[in-house]
Amino acid sequence: MKFLRNKIDQLKKPFGKGEKWEKFAPAINALDTFLYVPNHTTKKGAHIRDAVDLKRTMITVVLALVPALIYGIYNTGYQYLHQLNGGDVAFMEAFTHGLWKVLPMIVVSYAVGLTIEFIFAVYRGHEVNEGFLVTGLLVPMIMPVDIPLWMIGVSVAFAVLIGKEAFGGTGMNILNPALLARAFAFFAYPTYMSGNKVWVSEATNVDAVSGETILGSLAAGHDVHFSMFDMFSGAIPGSVGETSTLLILVGAAMLIFTGVGSWRIMLGGIIGGSIMGLLFNAWSANDLMSFPWYQHLLVGGFAFGIVFMATDPVSAAQTTKGKWIYGILVGFFCIMIRVFNPAYPEGVMLGILLMNVFAPTIDHYVVEANIKRRKKRLAASKLKTA
Amino acid sequence: MSKKAEKSPIFLFVSEEKEPLFSKQNRQLVSDPLNDNNPITVQVLGICSALAITVQLKPAVVMTLAVMAVLAFSNVIVSLIRNLIPSRIRIIVQLVVVASLVILVDQVLKAFAYDVSKQLSVFVGLIITNCIVMGRLEAFALGNGPWKSFLDGIGNAAGYGLILIVVAFFRELLGSGKLFGLEVLGHKGVTLAESTGLYALGYENNGFMLFPPMALLTVGILIWIQRSRNRKLIEKE
Repeated sequence: MKFLRNKIDQLKKPFGKGEKWEKFAPAINALDTFLYVPNHTTKKGAHIRDAVDLKRTMITVVLALVPALIYGIYNTGYQYLHQLNGGDVAFMEAFTHGLWKVLPMIVVSYAVGLTIEFIFAVYRGHEVNEGFLVTGLLVPMIMPVDIPLWMIGVSVAFAVLIGKEAFGGTGMNILNPALLARAFAFFAYPTYMSGNKVWVSEATNVDAVSGETILGSLAAGHDVHFSMFDMFSGAIPGSVGETSTLLILVGAAMLIFTGVGSWRIMLGGIIGGSIMGLLFNAWSANDLMSFPWYQHLLVGGFAFGIVFMATDPVSAAQTTKGKWIYGILVGFFCIMIRVFNPAYPEGVMLGILLMNVFAPTIDHYVVEANIKRRKKRLAASKLKTA
Repeated sequence: MSKKAEKSPIFLFVSEEKEPLFSKQNRQLVSDPLNDNNPITVQVLGICSALAITVQLKPAVVMTLAVMAVLAFSNVIVSLIRNLIPSRIRIIVQLVVVASLVILVDQVLKAFAYDVSKQLSVFVGLIITNCIVMGRLEAFALGNGPWKSFLDGIGNAAGYGLILIVVAFFRELLGSGKLFGLEVLGHKGVTLAESTGLYALGYENNGFMLFPPMALLTVGILIWIQRSRNRKLIEKE
């Protein structure tokens, strides 16, 4: 370890204060803090610094994403080969095909996003922010596999520029950047983001493929030919990383266990979604409405969105009570948009973005209510002593 | 009106002394609204029409000319009668002047450019509620001579039009791949093989650009660029 430390210190030399490449220090500092806990100290306020800084929090989320990502890569290949040949597919064969498809998406997403982050870090003179570690992995996981790579690049650029840098960088954004990237792609290039051709890789080359998602079939009034177990395990067409509810739950367990993700928001989302699903089941006016409420929680991006997107600590509500309200409303709106507007079968994206906007308002009223309650208590206690 | 506009030096002089037609101050009346005192990006006036008619360049240009005509002549007329208007009813007098000019412009458009006037639909009529028009009448024409008011009207309409045209340029280019209706990026066929230009490489039009939110975002980006280049526009806290 000493060797590595010395090597980095040596490497850092020309980037030091007053040295030749001082301006580009954020790049080398990013590498340093990626490997070691930063050695700067707090200047004011509380003097306790936790070793678990933003970078390590973000890495936890990335690790939690890995199971779903690996399954997503496998599923990409599986869907393609299954539609092509039918029958069972060998794991490695499917995984290799999927990797060929998904890896470039991840590379493009990171390359574009980190380049913009780096330019702003040098321009504004602050460190490169870690937030993009997660965003850069989330974006390819919520895109359809066949989307052209340049569209991912444009969407990521939009999300980082308008969603984050315009508001002042990491920690200041109102909307979840990864979802913003997806929303941008969805409205800008709708033919590549919905329909029945984009969810299975190279579906256009395979004749007679019915590669629509479950929600897509429901909205179009087709029969769903997937079992409940398929929906849970994830062997269904969909965006790259969102299909397997099982492995998303593994990720959720990691987030809750490490305290990185809020279980209140996750549970709230499931409660809200279930209530809305039950209401629609009771109404039952069309196929989407009579789709069983528990299956609503399994299909589409619901699980992925609730676990990895809604819990984004920056754009979610901050107060404990606010988290409950926020989570329940997220679940509520996800299912509502999904069912009421078949043109947007993926209501999860819009539901979470909508609640992101309202999160500060929720927090405001929770705080105000608390102040009011405490004032009342104070007045009551004064009355008693008087 | 924003505080900035009132503090700006051009509102301080009301002198009527003789000066050359295109003195430095007069030139500033035209050039100031193009950048430092832009009605859209600095004073944030006239946003609604900027969002509504910037999908294509042609209507944006026509709208600019229409606003320019209305703003310049209403400024001149109000400036000429500024000493006759009782200040209690000045708003209604200004409205009558503006409304008559807007009707004139609307009729001219209908007569000579019918399809563009169809595209602009209610937004020609809505020039009357464009905050820039009333803003300039109140802030400038009521206190200045006709020539200065005319220049002020031209300048502010040009500042408004500049933003409109820049926004429309990007929205039409990125949203439908055209400029003034010409396919500058190549022709998009049904299949890749039938396409030419950029479309043959797999390029796609950005449908988001056609939605009004993108106009707002484009204006926002323009404001961002303008303020990072022109530091004095940034408010002190």
